[in-house]
Amino acid sequence: MEVEAAKMIGAGIACIALAGAGLGIGNIFGSYLSAAMRNPSAAQKQFPNLLLGFALAEATGLFGLVVALIILFAF
Amino acid sequence: MAANPMSQFEVYSIGPKIQIGSFDLSFTNSSLFMVLTVTVISLFFIVATQKKSLVPNKMQLIAEMAFEFVSKMISETAGKDARPYFPFILSLFLFVLVANLLGMLPYSFTVTSHIIVTFALAFFIFIGVTAVGFAKHGISYLKLFVPSGVPIFLLPLIIVIEVISYLSRPVSLSVRLFANMMAGHTMLKVFGGFVVSLGILGGWLPLGFAVALTGLELLVAFIQAYVFAILTCIYLNDALNLHH
Repeated sequence: MEVEAAKMIGAGIACIALAGAGLGIGNIFGSYLSAAMRNPSAAQKQFPNLLLGFALAEATGLFGLVVALIILFAF
Repeated sequence: MAANPMSQFEVYSIGPKIQIGSFDLSFTNSSLFMVLTVTVISLFFIVATQKKSLVPNKMQLIAEMAFEFVSKMISETAGKDARPYFPFILSLFLFVLVANLLGMLPYSFTVTSHIIVTFALAFFIFIGVTAVGFAKHGISYLKLFVPSGVPIFLLPLIIVIEVISYLSRPVSLSVRLFANMMAGHTMLKVFGGFVVSLGILGGWLPLGFAVALTGLELLVAFIQAYVFAILTCIYLNDALNLHH
């Protein structure tokens, strides 16, 4: 296989990491909403934790994106 | 203009070339925006606290909100002992936040979209937190790597994992911020390119997306600054209050 083609395929595969990030973010917001519907008075207090979890989950997907960019541009 | 979505991250030197040894110390657009960031923060706080009154005006209110926000964040995550580090966390939070927000202006440069900038910040935090931990607890700070309640035969494995996760902190802290900013700005540029290439007929859809994404990026700019600061607080908490 040509190196250029293999790079493209590798970068594409690395972006599968975004599926996990999608799952994680959906899970976090879904759980937050269902918990907030059950106990709305406690929801405001957990909002910082929601943002923290969102950012942590999103970052894992972006690590995959960084790997893809490194494969494409750095090698 | 629509050619390459990565060209917005290009660093070029402004003004005279300064070379010391093999290091190129020229003033670049990146340094310009760092100076701009610090100037904006300083000017804002100087103006906002010019006329201090018990009933604050709008500027003073915003300054007090930023102050109180960070102060609450520290006391909730790191406790009372982290009080002396408040100025550091506040300036860290404001620097990252304002750098992110300045980067959202069209034709500007995002300082935090370069890994070397975020890694420098994260690495100094790592060194500082480790130094604080050793200064406070001495050699027993190494107990951080030995979680309590773990069976003896699992300890060799657990310690290795804990050490690796501790050492990867600066990397994950810096890559998180850098990747978020770079991915967001690249995405905006790609959608901007779609608007140009689809023209007057089909360009409206990507334009709408670009507007929505700009809103999302403003949110991300704030969230990432917040996460950067709060993770620093969590690391400080680990160093100040050993759980034993």
